[in-house]
Amino acid sequence: MAIAHPFLYEKPGTVKQALQLLAQHGAGARVLAGGTDLVGQLVDGLVRPEIVVDLKGVPDLQEIRMEKDVIHIGALATFTDIMESPLIRKKLPVMAEMTEWVASRGVRNRGTMVGNICSAVPCCDSGPILLVYGGKVLVKSARGQRAVPIAQWFTGPRRTVLAPGELVLGVRVPDPGKHGGAFVKMRRYKGEDLAQASVTALLLAGNQWRIAFGSVAPTPIAGKRVEKLLHGKRLTPALVEEAVALTDQETAPITDIRSTREYRAHMLRVMMRRALEAAASRKAGRGPAYGTELI
Amino acid sequence: MSETTPPQEPSAPRRSIRTTRRDFLRGMGLAAGAATMLPSLSAPADEAEATPDAAPATPGLRETGRGPRKIELRINGQTHSLTVEPRTTLLEALREHLQLTGAKNGCDRGACGACSVLLDGEAVQSCLLLAVEAVGKEVTTIEGIAADSRYARLVDAFCAHDAAQCGFCIPGMVVGSAALLNRNPHPSAADIREGLAGHLCRCATHPKIIAAVQAATGTGGPT
Repeated sequence: MAIAHPFLYEKPGTVKQALQLLAQHGAGARVLAGGTDLVGQLVDGLVRPEIVVDLKGVPDLQEIRMEKDVIHIGALATFTDIMESPLIRKKLPVMAEMTEWVASRGVRNRGTMVGNICSAVPCCDSGPILLVYGGKVLVKSARGQRAVPIAQWFTGPRRTVLAPGELVLGVRVPDPGKHGGAFVKMRRYKGEDLAQASVTALLLAGNQWRIAFGSVAPTPIAGKRVEKLLHGKRLTPALVEEAVALTDQETAPITDIRSTREYRAHMLRVMMRRALEAAASRKAGRGPAYGTELI
Repeated sequence: MSETTPPQEPSAPRRSIRTTRRDFLRGMGLAAGAATMLPSLSAPADEAEATPDAAPATPGLRETGRGPRKIELRINGQTHSLTVEPRTTLLEALREHLQLTGAKNGCDRGACGACSVLLDGEAVQSCLLLAVEAVGKEVTTIEGIAADSRYARLVDAFCAHDAAQCGFCIPGMVVGSAALLNRNPHPSAADIREGLAGHLCRCATHPKIIAAVQAATGTGGPT
């Protein structure tokens, strides 16, 4: 099926030019990075932009770099770039683990993490990862620049705080230091399938935990009750069971084409147990290796 | 549509007496006057001709307007000049403007892998790219891979292992396998499964496809 709706296409060479176009066209503008979400939406007629602004003419936006104690991931960094970045594998291994399970090779070669959080579907895998790592979204407009904590980023399915005229330059993640974690994703088959549910756990120094869920609420969400329960405590089998019991209170799964509510709720408990155990054992330097599927 | 020359015209040199299914259907379609059904956006015949002397596209080039514009695409080592709208996908440009119909339109949403091509050597789904995004890139389609002796062993292995049933997914499978082998010349069966995840075969010949890739790389499998 061809794209029915015609649009303007511009490929600015600088951030300034891109911002001018976005300011000029407001809500009629759509930013194109990898296109793996946007082109599908164009084909389906779900978005009818006046103009598509292709960011790929702007240099340096594909960079992944360390700036003091912050890891910066540019708006054009693809999932493949992130997956293969030695910096990410060393500093943010749970993010690397997540990228390996995003869609398929062809989609990872084009799709970007920033595009993933801007399209903001409830099952976006980058959301939970940035929640546990405490990422911030670097937003620029003609009026200035702001850094939005990821916890305040998502406002609903396909909705974020990004306003017309604003452009995301990248995400910034503070160096978490020594930690262990796990990203557990349930899907129907390997390859191009979205998460039916995901649980992400991160264990930082001082037994501080970060928990996040995907596909089980209108947006990716943090597991505040589990984080509070586990705070400062050493993980024991009894504590794991207490955390697992809290999972129902943290999430609100629905029945849809990919799964029933009941199946999601059941599997969330299984995934929570395995995520906690794997995070603790990885922090202690034992297996399972990052990238090992836990369900 | 470009192929308006009847095959029996005496002055038209034929490379081969073999007629493909697509040539045959095209001939039938023209005879029935079905050419009028083709999209009006289709490129005229002369646009499909190679123009190797054209200047390379400038990165960051500003392109304006909703309507058709002339672009140049590097495909299988040749420069093609064609006229597309911004909304034309790379898959449409290949299939409908350049008659490179090896890449298939399966799901049109990046889920099936049938439209895969190499973009600067990396596998991508051409249904998820606008044609204008491929300006300045090197596109390799299944036609390019089939003509490249470096991939002969891979292509032969697909045939030898009878990896195709209906064959619709096979161009994408071969492109995906070529990309995989470029990255990892000696993949394990697990690497092949992972590398070809996202390429769906509805006839379910995945085991034969995996065996073919293994055989082509000497990493196992029969023959």
